[in-house]
Amino acid sequence: MSSDALKQVAAPSSLRLVLTLAIAGLVSGVAIIGIYESTLPTITANKARELREAVFKVLPGVSQMQALVYRDGSIMAVAEPEKDELVVYGGYDEQGDFVGYAMPGAGPGFQDTIAILYGYVPQQKQVVGMEVLESRETPGLGDKIYKDAEFVAEFSGLSVEPEIVAVKKGTSTQPNEVDAITGATISSKAIVRIINETHTAWTGQLPAPGSEPPFADAPADSGTGQ
Amino acid sequence: MKTNESYEEFVKGIWRDNPVFVQVLGMCPMLAVTNSAINAIAMGMASMFVLVGSSFLVSAFRHVIPKQVRISCFIIIIATFVTIADYTLLALVPKVHKELGAFIPLIVANCLILGRQEAFASRYPTKLAVMDALGMASGFMLALFSLGAVREILGDGALFGIRIFSENFEPWIVMILPPGGFLTLGVILLFFNWFKYKKDEFLADVAKAERGGG
Repeated sequence: MSSDALKQVAAPSSLRLVLTLAIAGLVSGVAIIGIYESTLPTITANKARELREAVFKVLPGVSQMQALVYRDGSIMAVAEPEKDELVVYGGYDEQGDFVGYAMPGAGPGFQDTIAILYGYVPQQKQVVGMEVLESRETPGLGDKIYKDAEFVAEFSGLSVEPEIVAVKKGTSTQPNEVDAITGATISSKAIVRIINETHTAWTGQLPAPGSEPPFADAPADSGTGQ
Repeated sequence: MKTNESYEEFVKGIWRDNPVFVQVLGMCPMLAVTNSAINAIAMGMASMFVLVGSSFLVSAFRHVIPKQVRISCFIIIIATFVTIADYTLLALVPKVHKELGAFIPLIVANCLILGRQEAFASRYPTKLAVMDALGMASGFMLALFSLGAVREILGDGALFGIRIFSENFEPWIVMILPPGGFLTLGVILLFFNWFKYKKDEFLADVAKAERGGG
């Protein structure tokens, strides 16, 4: 140790310092690229699988899906949505008949943005399922929006017209009312607001019920396979 | 002799110089991700990987790295290992990665890791450095786990997600919220200090008795 200390007393040249850092940076960069490249396929596959599972969960009876986007005034199926493009997922049954849309939505919750996916059947103008994809709500209180099975069940067969309303627990009577969670009113209302906002945003862009784009065979990487 | 020495370096991190309970380092992940036992273990494993990997490299290159730029080099090495851990967790256990969130990249800023590089790995041979890193990381994981287990049991009535109390148990929600971390850590630190105090008192008594007797 003492010999180390002595060796370092003579100040190394600036060139050596620069070279040391440059080499360290280079090696580190190569290592990071390596790990990024080798894990990317797994990470993408995981995300696609998670999405498929969520779509199938919020749309009961669906076994195939494809991504749909709104371009040039109509809804069309795409293999790969462009970045930042708003997407809904069309859910189809085994015969390839259209069942409903799985619509991603996001909005402010109690602590951070809540991202959800909900199933919407245009024929009945009903929400048929809801899944929280991402949230940082308070553990034990706000996280009941996805841990409380009763609350999640409120979102099956829920009418979106005129709009969804969150009411005090145990007082919902109308088909468009949701029992809010006691102790998590803000989080419950956030979910309802996200669905209402997403619904309003897409109204007018979704085609009339019955004229949804048919299921294109293998249109998307996320639509088939696995 | 050699084995004794490396054994000593390993053991000191677990108890005598425990990074959390004695040195009180790495408090950020300690308080933030210990709301469940499984998160605590995952965080502990990620930190262990980073600490052992960095200590090995830092110790192996300790004669090559000029003193003037050592901290930058340590940080580059640590950051590389953290990135590797980050992507590996994301690919293998996406659920755990989601729970730990921003705290994985923040391992870079864990003073325990940089502290061990500066205080130990950059001055000692590779073998001792790795043993030291293993010991410190185990001590860190032990601390994370004891906090995580206590908080999950009291706050959720479960351990590793398995319910251990009957339905009648009312979870203490405060325990899985941030204040629960402070409360639990406070109680554990109290115990450690009390233990140390008692030990010193006992040793003083023994010394006194020996002096009196001899």
